[in-house]
Amino acid sequence: MTIATDEAEALPTGPSRPLAEFWGRFARNRGAVVGLVIVGLVVVIAVIAPLLFPDSPWKMVQRPFLKPFQVDGFWLGTDTLGRDVAAGLAHGARVSLIVGLISTLVALAIGVPLGALAGYFGGLVDDAAMRFTEFFQTIPSFALAIVLVAIFQPSLTSIVIAIAVVSWPPVARLVRAEVMSLKRREFVDAARLQNLSNREILVREVLPNAMSPIIVMASLMVATAILLESSLAFLGLGDPNIMSWGYMIGASRTVIRTAWWLSFFPGVAILVTVLALNLIGEGLSDALNPRLARQGR
Amino acid sequence: MAALSVNDLTIALPKGADRPLAVEGVSFDIAAGEILCVVGESGSGKSMAANAVMGLLPPFITIEGGTAHFEGTDLLPLSEADKRKVRGQDIAMIFQEPMTALNPLMRIGDQIAEVFSAHNAPMDGGTIPNLLAEVGLPEPARIADSYPFQLSGGQRQRAMIAMALALSPRLLIADEPTTALDVTTQAQILDLIAKLQDERGMAVLFITHDFGVVAEIADTVIVMREGVIVERGTAATVLADPRHAYTKRLVAAVPSDKVPTPEPRADAPLLTVEGLSKTFASGGELFSKKRVTRAVDNVSFTIGEGEILGLVGESGSGKSTVGRLIVNLLAPDAGRVSLAGDGRVQMVFQDPYASLNPRTKVAAAIAKGPIAAGTPKADAMAEARTLLATVGLDGSAGERYPHEFSGGQRQRIGIARALAMRPALIVADEAVSALDVSIQAQILDLLRGLRAEYGLSLLFITHDLRVAAQLCDRVAVMQHGRLVEMGPVADVFLRPQSDYTQRLLAAVPGAAWTKDAA
Repeated sequence: MTIATDEAEALPTGPSRPLAEFWGRFARNRGAVVGLVIVGLVVVIAVIAPLLFPDSPWKMVQRPFLKPFQVDGFWLGTDTLGRDVAAGLAHGARVSLIVGLISTLVALAIGVPLGALAGYFGGLVDDAAMRFTEFFQTIPSFALAIVLVAIFQPSLTSIVIAIAVVSWPPVARLVRAEVMSLKRREFVDAARLQNLSNREILVREVLPNAMSPIIVMASLMVATAILLESSLAFLGLGDPNIMSWGYMIGASRTVIRTAWWLSFFPGVAILVTVLALNLIGEGLSDALNPRLARQGR
Repeated sequence: MAALSVNDLTIALPKGADRPLAVEGVSFDIAAGEILCVVGESGSGKSMAANAVMGLLPPFITIEGGTAHFEGTDLLPLSEADKRKVRGQDIAMIFQEPMTALNPLMRIGDQIAEVFSAHNAPMDGGTIPNLLAEVGLPEPARIADSYPFQLSGGQRQRAMIAMALALSPRLLIADEPTTALDVTTQAQILDLIAKLQDERGMAVLFITHDFGVVAEIADTVIVMREGVIVERGTAATVLADPRHAYTKRLVAAVPSDKVPTPEPRADAPLLTVEGLSKTFASGGELFSKKRVTRAVDNVSFTIGEGEILGLVGESGSGKSTVGRLIVNLLAPDAGRVSLAGDGRVQMVFQDPYASLNPRTKVAAAIAKGPIAAGTPKADAMAEARTLLATVGLDGSAGERYPHEFSGGQRQRIGIARALAMRPALIVADEAVSALDVSIQAQILDLLRGLRAEYGLSLLFITHDLRVAAQLCDRVAVMQHGRLVEMGPVADVFLRPQSDYTQRLLAAVPGAAWTKDAA
C-alpha cells in the first residue's frame, strides 16, 4: 500500500522546551515575579534563622521596650520582656512556612482522592463523598480549627491537622468538578477501549490533566494556612514552645499604643508573605491556563 | 462599480506563529448583486481577510498594508466609532456557529431590536415579525419571543440572518454559515441566502471550505492557500477547469457521487447486531419533567469480514449511539451485539484534539492497551513504533506529545492506537469530519489500505453522504433512531427507496455539479 503523508498540512509549532515556555508565561506577570522573590527571601531567612540568631528567640537579651534602631544589633527593637523582635521574626518565618506547606499537603492528600473518586464514579460514591464534604463546609472553618486545637492541645502537629481539616473541602469540590468534565473526554473513552482499569484511567489519564487548577489552588491555600496559623497564635492557641508571628502580635496587643513596633513588624511580615503567595498563585494561573490569561498584559 | 474592492491586503501574524503573514497581497472586487466565494482550508487566511474588512481582527494581529474600499470609502483606517457605524448598517456578518453568535440570555426579538436601537434606525411593531418571516421562520411572533436554546440549529442560523439583514446592508459577509448544520438544513440556508441576495441585490462574500457549496451558490471564486490567492475566476470555470495544482487537488478531493464498484464479499458475518435499542432519560427529578429520547430503536444489521459499512444520518439520528453500543461504551436496553470468533472492536473518534491525552507521549499512548493486556513494555513500545510507520508517521513521532501534531496526523495516531489492540472491526465515528478535504482524502486512503492489508472490517459513521459513497461497500441510513434504508452503495445512492434518503441526497451541496463530473 502507498502511504500518503499530510504534506498539505502545516505542522503546528509546539513549544520545544515546555519549561522555558512556562517560565515565559509566568514571568510576563510582573507581580508574580515580585511575589516569587519575596517568598524566596522569606524561605532564605527561615532556613538561616539559626545562623543569624543562634540564641532562642524566647531569650531575654536586652532591656524591654527598646525602640527600633535605638541600640546597635537590635534594629527592630525588643519586646515587653526584652526579647529581640528581629530574632522572633526570623524564627517565626520557619513556623509560618512549615505550617503553610504541610497543612496544604495534608489537605491535598485528603481532598484530591476524595474529589477524584466522587467525580469519577458519580452516583452513590459521589453522594456519600459530597455529603461528607458538606458536613465540614457547614461549620465555620475558623471556629472548627479553634475547637480542634483546643481539644488536641496546642502543638505544631495539632495546628497543622486543624488547618488541613478545615481547608480540604474546597479542594475536593474543585477536583470533583475537574474530573467530572475530564472523564467525558474522548481520550478517556479511548483508554476504556484499551481495557485500562479504572485506577489506571483515573491516575494516569484523568488526574494529570487536572493538575493545573490544583497547583494554583494549592499556592493560595498556603497563604490562607499562614493566616489561619497566625490567627490561632494570636488567640494564644499556638504551640507554646515555638515563636510565631501571630503570637508576637497577640502578646503585644496590650501595649500597641506605647510600643507600636511589636505588632507592626510581625503584621507586615504576614501581610507581605500572604500577598506574595497570592501574587504567585495568580502568576501560576496565568502560566498554566494561557487561554484564560487576561489580555493585554 | 464594485461594492467592495480589496486591494493588496496584507495582515501580519504575531511573532512565533507558523508563518509571518496571515494574508499576503490579497485583492478582489465584489459587485452589487454578486456572490463571491472565498475557498480555502483551515489556516488559509480566508476568515482573517473577512475579519479585517469588518474591523474584527483578534488582538496582536495587525494590518500591514492595503486598502478595502466599500462604496468609495477605505474601511481599514476608519476609527472604531466609524467602523461601528458601518457594521450592521452597511455591512453585516453571519457566523459559523449560531449558538455562540447569539446571546443565550436574550430573546431573539430583543436581540434584533438592539440592532435598530444601536444605529438609531426606525422600527415599528411589525418590523421584526416581517424580518423573521422573510428568512422563512414559521410563527414569527413566537420565534421573536423565544430564547436561542429553544430553536433548532437551522432556525438559529435563520435568526442570525434576519439580524444581519435588519438594516438592509449592501454587503453580507458569511463565514462558513452552514458548516455546523445538517445537509438538509444546509441546503435550505444556502437557498435562503441566494434568494435574499437576489431580492435585495446585495453583494455577498461567502467563506467556505467546501467546493460543493461553491457549486451551489457562487458567481465568482477565489481560492486561498497560506494567505495567498492561488486561483480566481467564475465558479463555472474554476470548477470545470481548475488551473492551479492546489485547486485541482481540492476539487478532486471533494468526494464525488461516483460510486465505486463494490467488491464481492464473503457472506460470513463478522458482526451481528440484532434488535438494538437504547433510550436516554433526562430530568424527572423534583422540578423537571422527565424527557425520554429513543436514541436507537430496534436496529439490526450485519457486517461481513473485510466489509466497510457506512452508517449515515443527520445529527440526533442515533448513529453515534449505535457505534458506542457496539464498542460497549454504552450498555443497550434491548438487543444484542455479537462478534464472530474472538474478534475485538476498537474505535476511532471524531475530534482529533480531544481523543488523545495531551500529557501522554504518542508511542506510550498507543502501547498502553497492549501493556494492560500483558505485553512486555519494550515489545509494546516497539510495536507502537511499527504501527506509527504503518499509518504514515515517522519513527521519531512516538517520542512527541499530541499537541505537536496536526489534525490529520493526530487522526493517524488514533488509528494506530486502535490497531494496537488487534481489532477485527473498527468503528470510525465521524473520523474525518473535523479534517480539511485534502486531508480527509488521505485518511480515507489509509483506511482503504488497512482494509486491504489486514482484512479489517469497518463501521464508518458519518453525516457526509459523499464521504460514505467514496469508501463504503454498503450503506445504512438512520433517521430518528431507526434504520430507514440499507443496501449496497450503488443501490442506495442511485436508486434510493425511502423518502428520507431521497431528500438527503437531494440536499447534498453541489449534487448537480458532482453528477455532471461523474
